[in-house]
This record gives sequence, structure tokens and C-alpha cells, in this order.
Amino acid sequence: MTTYETVIGLEFHAELRTKTKLFCGCSTEFDAAPNTQVCPGCLGLPGTLPVLNQEAVEMAVIAGLALNCHIAPYSAFDRKNYFYPDLPKAYQISQFYLPICIEGHLLIEDDQGKEKTVRINRIHIEEDAGKLVHSGDSILSSQYSLADYNRGAIPLIEIVTEPDLRSAREAKDFAEQLKLILSYTGVSDVKMEQGSLRCDANISLRPIGSTTLGAKTEIKNLNSFRALFKAIQYEESRQAAVLEQGGKIDQATLAWDEAKGQTVLMRSKEDAQDYRYFPDPDLPPIHVDASWLEAIKTRLPELPGPRRSRLMEKWQLSQYDADLLVANTLLADYFDQVTAKLPAAKLVANWLLGDISRLLNVNPEWKNIPISADDFVQLLEEVQSGRLSNNLAKEVLAEMAESGQSPKSIIQAKGWEQISDSDALQALVEEVVAANFSAVDDYRQGKKQALGFLIGQVIQKSKGKANPQLAREILQKVLANTSIQA
Amino acid sequence: MPELISPDQVGQMAKLSSLRLSPEETITYQQTLNQILEWLQQIEEVDTQGVAPTSHILPLVNVLRPDQPVPSLPREVALANSPAQAEGCFKVPRIL
Repeated sequence: MTTYETVIGLEFHAELRTKTKLFCGCSTEFDAAPNTQVCPGCLGLPGTLPVLNQEAVEMAVIAGLALNCHIAPYSAFDRKNYFYPDLPKAYQISQFYLPICIEGHLLIEDDQGKEKTVRINRIHIEEDAGKLVHSGDSILSSQYSLADYNRGAIPLIEIVTEPDLRSAREAKDFAEQLKLILSYTGVSDVKMEQGSLRCDANISLRPIGSTTLGAKTEIKNLNSFRALFKAIQYEESRQAAVLEQGGKIDQATLAWDEAKGQTVLMRSKEDAQDYRYFPDPDLPPIHVDASWLEAIKTRLPELPGPRRSRLMEKWQLSQYDADLLVANTLLADYFDQVTAKLPAAKLVANWLLGDISRLLNVNPEWKNIPISADDFVQLLEEVQSGRLSNNLAKEVLAEMAESGQSPKSIIQAKGWEQISDSDALQALVEEVVAANFSAVDDYRQGKKQALGFLIGQVIQKSKGKANPQLAREILQKVLANTSIQA
Repeated sequence: MPELISPDQVGQMAKLSSLRLSPEETITYQQTLNQILEWLQQIEEVDTQGVAPTSHILPLVNVLRPDQPVPSLPREVALANSPAQAEGCFKVPRIL
């Protein structure tokens, strides 16, 4: 039996977060009523001329810089010709011959856990197509389709990798890293479920050791990381089975059927389109000179990789914690704000990855953490100083998120200041010892776990306010005395 | 006259352009296109050694527009010339 190596290249389409379309001033707002964000330009009416959106160019360059690309000093637009009702001009304006960004790369973790460089062939600017809704159950059984051109001509960047990926897991890792980087740059919403990030995968197999590429298939429009992972796994085993039986792979475009969990044929190579690309005579070239490039570079924020290194080097966080923080810009930005005031990185990270993450999970609509960094620092200082127990601090935090009040006023209103006064605790401890004779007896018989029970009783009696460490010390002292008395 | 474009190529072009040509029309187009191509062949006589490919004929770069929304068409105007419409959309015949 031959052992095969899987070769994967990915293509992503990311919608740019401009306010207006690529070649006209129509709004790009998501979810507007059909055909309310259209004009003669993006409807492809005769006699209209495209004028390029400067912000789209700058965003494409930002994406290119973030993905380590070379920014082409000259790039230009071409027409890709095809007939389909989602494309009113019957051509899509794209960059075929001279893309704006070339030869980038992105680092991922390979299947052996080692760092791996995945090359990016190009990033180019193009316009999106409109949206079609088919009558009936599917396009095949439909009698007619409805075209909404709101999305038509919204700026996209297409990011194309070299065939450097070798497994579904590597492809998923790449997609996740790419999504994170694009979200850091702010050039795209990268919401796969809303279609602002879409992915196609090219897959072929070859015998291990071979350096030539096998015949490939392309799976279109994978709309989640899970679909990407499962579709590649399915397709690599399907291709292996065909090759194993002595068959050959037909070059084809496939779709992923999520319900059936399999790839289905969209079109074979015989139906392959001839797009007859040629330079768009309506659009002069783009020239990104040194000074424009420098100006765009100032818009580039700290990216996930450098941020991860900073969290690990400056704050000694583990890679695990650093990864979790970096993956969520809400948490990572908050971490920076809080540690600027309270340089207790590990404590801050634990709270962010614990209780704050839980709050974010149950409140997915939050656009930011509704607790000021100052209030959060105040809360942590209460815990650090021993004035507030850890458990009560969690309740205070939930209350802070709910009411927006400061921790001090919540603690005061609830009477939750921790009892760290030995005399007050001494009295509570004596009550507990007197009321729990059997546990005290167990402890004296050498069952040390009885101490935990007794500490729990003291904390319960104090309504959670007893300082557990102090309660333990006093209990041990009192118990030592009672054993002498007994 | 040399054959610069074949009837088969004309047929392929017609298919890509969604045009239905009769055999007679195919021959007519093949002949006229052939004449045009022959005429254009004169360009090949120019020495283009060392000349960068041109993607645009005017000496312009960076004709740009600020990212500021302007009002779109009212929907009824946008749809006014469409032969069929439904639910605020252009209604098109079945695709496949």
C-alpha cells in the first residue's frame, strides 16, 4: 500500500471594513434591505466609471504588511469575465497580472509541534459579487432566483497561499492564525458565519517522497474552521481510496455538504471557465510610493506574534496563558491596561482567564469589558491585601459587571470586608470547636482532613468573610489547646 | 489571407459571450474578425524591446476617492428597468 502525503493550498476572501464600496460611494453596512445600497456604478449600468476607494487600497497594504508581504510599487486592475446573475457587469474587477502584495508568509505549528513557515503567494484587491436567493429547495429545483446587489462591489482581499500545508490540522491552524492577524489589523470583521471571511481549499495527494504535485480538487466556500478541517479530512481519504484502487483524481471544483459530511461535485475541469482576463481600461494603476507606504505602516498595530512574545518575556506568562490572552483582543487589551496600573501579571492573567472570561462567555454581546481598569485594579488590591476573600471577590466582580459600581462601595454595602482581626476570629473559632465535637475528636485522632471541614465551618459562620489563612492558624492553636484539656 | 482565427475559435468565443450564432453567422464573423486581426498585426512591426507593458494608456496613477458614503439610488429607481422583480430584488430566470 502506498503512503500518501496531502498537499493543501488555501485561498481566503476577506471583506474589507471600508464604509463604502470599492468603486462607488454606496454604503457597505451589513444586513440592509435588498438593493437599497446600489447605484448605477455597482449595478453595472452603461456609461458609469469606477473610482477607486483609497481606504480599500490602504487596508489591503496593511493586510500585506501584517502577513510579511512585499508591497508592489505598481499594481493594476483586470477584468475577469463571466456570466452569472450575481455579477451585473458580467465581469469582476480584480487584480490578476499585477497584485498589490506578493511573497508573504505566516508562521504556524506543524504536526510535529515545530514552527513552520507557510508562504503566501499573493494578496489582491477585488470586488465582491451580489447575493442570490434561489426559489425552491435548491438552485437545481428553483424556477427563478432573486438578486440583491447590496454586497456587489464591496471591497475584498483575496489571500492565496502556496501549497505548503500538509494536513487538515495545519490548514486549520493557518486559518485561525490568519483570522487573528486580520482581526488585529482591523481591516476585516473576519466573521465566517456572516461571510466576511470565506475559505477555499485546494487538495491533492502524492506518494511520500514525490516532489511533483498530484491532480487537485478545490473545495469552495468553507464557512467555518470546523468545515475546513472536516472537508479536508474527507477529501484526503476519498482521494487516497481512489488512488489505492488504481484510479485517478479528476480535477474538479467541489462543495462541502455539511449535513452529509461529504464533498459533492460542483463542476468538472471540462466546464472550466475561460475568464479572458485583460487590464481594466477604466482604472489607472496604483502606485504605492515610499512616503505613502511609510504613512500606511504607522497604522499597523502590534500583531499577535510580537504581543505573545512580549507577554511571555516582560510578564513571564506561560505560553498557554499568553496564547489565550492574545487570541482575544478584549482580554489582551484589558490585560495591558490593568498591568500598567498593577504590575501583578500572573494575578491579573488568572482573573482575566477565569472569571472575566466566564463573564464574556455568558455575555457574548459585550463589545468591551464593562468594568473600568481602575475599578478592577481596586478589586485586586483588596484581594492582595487580604481585606477581601477570593471567593467574595468573585461575587463582587459579578456585581461590578452588573451595576457598574466600584468594588469598595459594593464591599461596604454588603458588609463583605474580610475578617482579618484575630480577636473576632478567635471567638468564631471557639464557637465552631464547641459545636463540632466529633470533627474535633477526629482531628485529635490524627484525621488531618477534619481541619478543612472546621475551617469551612468558620468561614460559613463568618458569611464568607473570614480570612482562611488566619482562620487556619487560630484553629490549629485552639485545637492544640483543647487536646491538652482533653 | 492567412487564417488568424478559426471558425472553431469563433464558436468558442460566441459560447463565452453567451451568443448563439448560426453556421453562416459564424463564417461571417470569422472572416471579419480575421480582417481586423490582420490589420492589428501591423502593431507587431513596432520594436517593443525594453518597453514596459502598459496597463493604462493615460499617464495617470492613484485616481482615488475618499471613503465617504454618498446616498444610493432609491430602490424603486434601481429596479425600475428590470423586466421582473420580487421582494425588492431583481428576479432572474432559473440559473442551472
